[in-house]
Formats: sequence, C-alpha cells, structure tokens
Amino acid sequence: MTGVRLLVGTRKGAFVLTSDGKRRDWQVSGPHFGGWAIYHVNGSPVDPDRLYASQTSDWFGQVIQRSDDGGRSWRPVGGDFAYAGEVGEHLWYDGTPRPWEFKRIWHLEPSHTDPDVVYAGGEDAALYRSTDGGQKWLELTGLRTHESGPRWQPGAGGLCLHTIILDPRNPDRMFVAISAAGAFRTDDGGETWLPINRGLRSAQIPDEDAEVGHCVHRLAMHPTRPDVLFMQKHWDVMRTDDAGGVWREISGDLPTDFGFPIAVHAHEPETVYVVPITSDSEHYVPDGKLRVYRSRSGGDRWEPLTEGLPQSHCYVNVLRDAMAVDTLDECGVYFGTTGGQVYASSDSGDSWTPVVRDLPAVLSVEVQVLP
Amino acid sequence: MIRVVLPAHLKTLARVSGEVRVDVAAPVTQRLVLDAIEERYPMLCGTMRDRRTGQRRALVRFFACEEDISNESPDAPLPNRVAAGEEPLLIIGAMAGG
Repeated sequence: MTGVRLLVGTRKGAFVLTSDGKRRDWQVSGPHFGGWAIYHVNGSPVDPDRLYASQTSDWFGQVIQRSDDGGRSWRPVGGDFAYAGEVGEHLWYDGTPRPWEFKRIWHLEPSHTDPDVVYAGGEDAALYRSTDGGQKWLELTGLRTHESGPRWQPGAGGLCLHTIILDPRNPDRMFVAISAAGAFRTDDGGETWLPINRGLRSAQIPDEDAEVGHCVHRLAMHPTRPDVLFMQKHWDVMRTDDAGGVWREISGDLPTDFGFPIAVHAHEPETVYVVPITSDSEHYVPDGKLRVYRSRSGGDRWEPLTEGLPQSHCYVNVLRDAMAVDTLDECGVYFGTTGGQVYASSDSGDSWTPVVRDLPAVLSVEVQVLP
Repeated sequence: MIRVVLPAHLKTLARVSGEVRVDVAAPVTQRLVLDAIEERYPMLCGTMRDRRTGQRRALVRFFACEEDISNESPDAPLPNRVAAGEEPLLIIGAMAGG
C-alpha cells in the first residue's frame, strides 16, 4: 500500500515520520543525531530509500549523513566542503569586506536521475556537487565567483544558499537562491550563472531594484511548468513566467507579505501556499493565529486555511525549508513550526492535523511518497 | 597508549563509548594524538580542527592534568602523565549554551 514518509530536520536532531496513504496515523522515528542541528534531510527521487542529511554544529562543524534504507540506519559519508581556488571576499553586514568562510550546509538537493548525485547549498554561499553519494564534494565555482559576488551580503541567518531547484526538463538548468544576494539561474550545468532579480524591489538596500542584494527567502516550481517560479521574498510574494526574466508581485490581499516558505500544489500549478509572518521584526504569525494562505489563481487572491490550526495565542514561525507537498491524488501539504509542531493536510490544505506537537524547533520538512 | 576523552557528540559520531586509546610514538603532541584519532575514526576529521590548516575549531578545547592547553602549540609535548597514559587528554566542547 502506498505510504508517505516525512523527513523532518530540527534544531536538535532529525525525525522520520511515516504513514500509509490515508495519512491519519503516524509512526515517529528519532531523534536521529540527537543534539545536532539538522538543517535538511532529503531523499532521492529515483531511489526513495537513499536519504541525505545535513548535520551541523557550531562546535564540531559539518557532517553529511546518508541512509540507504529509508532512514533506519545512517552513516557519515563526508563533510569536507572547501572553496575552490581563490576564496575572495563578500560584504559583511556593515558593508566591509570579509573573506568567505564555510559554516554549514543549508539544503541538499538530490538529482532527478542518479541517486549518487546530490547538490548542496552552503553558508557562506556556495554550491557543491557530489557524484559519489555524498562522500566527496566539489564546488561549482561559477556561482560564488560571479562578478557580483563581492557585493553579496548576509541576511539575518547568514549568507546562505538555501534553495536549489533542478529543472526537470532541462538537466543543464537550475535555480538557486541566496540570502541576501537574490536568485540565480544557470543554463550550462552550473558553469555560469545569471542573476534573475529583475522586478524585485527591496527597501532594505540602498538601490531597491539592484541586480543583487535581495533577501529571497524561498523559490518554488511546479515540475510541469519549469519556467514559472514563485518566490517568497523578505517582504513580497512574487512570480515569474519566464524563468526569472522578470518578476511581478502577487502578494495581493495577503494580510502581510513577509514570510519564509512557499510551495506549489502537486497537481494544480496555479495553487500556491504561503505562511504570512507579522513582519521582519516580529517573526511569528499575525494576531496569534496560525494561518496558511492558499491562492488558486497563481497569486493575488488568497484564502486563509485555518481548520485544525491554532487560532489564538500562537506565536510560531515556519522556516523557509519547512513546507512540502506530496504527490498523492489528494495532494498532501505539510509544514513544521519553530514551536516543534508538524502539521499535515491530506486535502490540499482545507483541514490540518498535528502529526507531532513537541519536537525541537523545526528547520525543514520534506515528504516522500513510497510505493 | 594515550587515553583520550571525546565530547559526547563526537563519541556518538564515532560510535564509541568511554575513553578512546591510541598509540602515539614519543614525543607525544596534540597534533600527533589528533592525527591518530582521525586515522582511526575518519568521521571525526574536521570536527576538532580545520581539515586543511589544522587550526583548532573555535569552540573545541583541550584540557590535560587540570590545565587548559587549548592554546599551546599543537607540536608542544603533552604533559608527561598524558604521554604515560596516566591521565587522559580531555577534548571538550566549550561551554556556550545551546
């Protein structure tokens, strides 16, 4: 029978949550790597039992863990992330130059075709690729050495490359996003990169429509329409219909357009989900109400989804990598909060139930549909 | 035989319990002890010191015989009682909350 597996990264370990296709009853496994921050856990689309996890610590550095049995067992495979060639400098928060310094991996994106190929997004911003199942990592230097690199500045969470989207139709094209540099696209497999930030406006930088410097929080794509991208920016929800040629704002009637995650329905390319947060200085949901907002029109018009979610005294956030959708006929939507709850909807967001309530702060959520 | 106490997180990562014991030829130094640990437990490479420069990670400390030797030269001889296996080298995650 079809099953669903949630891969949850938290401040203090990883958890694997499993259910059958009904998505009502869940088994919880974990914590794996207890006490370590697990920024991301992700599975191979071609071998769902091949999982990768980013295990990181300010004390002890970066470890990449791999499972070949769907998360039942793990082994450390590699954590050697170096900047290739001349390291160079970017801008620090105060505008002074600062050498690139590796801190951690934020996001792991396995290849659509080969379980041994996986991409990793780092802080300070760099893109890495492994072709041997996570053992050795090589930097794709064309991104960090883009001529705009010396002008990149960190966002509050650091100068992090947090989003990697592989174009399912074109193996040479991928998209990445960096806080607070912006979005970038490659059309040659990562050799060269193009900033794709035209149409973004950010009042937090001196030139509000600069080529780079935008705090992009997350990008999302529907696999059948790879030229359409949705973006949750620091402020503003945006979309592009030409692979980043130009963006337009679709915040519409959202109560606030600040937030972190954004996701697209598995079967409806114009159905989009966000979780608005009060503001950049108040990183919790407005009015003490946890509301997912859904647009069925590709943006501009949004409806609050509240059934099953706390509607009073709730002050959590949902971080950028902590929302995912499954591909079952009735699309499942999942998200985790900084309060340690993981919520699931098996009806496209109409209603929600908590899968778990008391995990450490959730950093990331991915979902796999199992045969 | 040099006795080494790893911090809890690194014991878990290396899948060991209790003290780790490594053979190091004299003169016993911090660098040679870490070399021996990393050779036996390669998953610990990069967790205590930088893989390339060998510089101690900022939040890792080395104690021995009730002294903080974190800032000693990595090539300085360790105390005689550590070299003789009478006292362990303590590798500590600095107290910094979390």
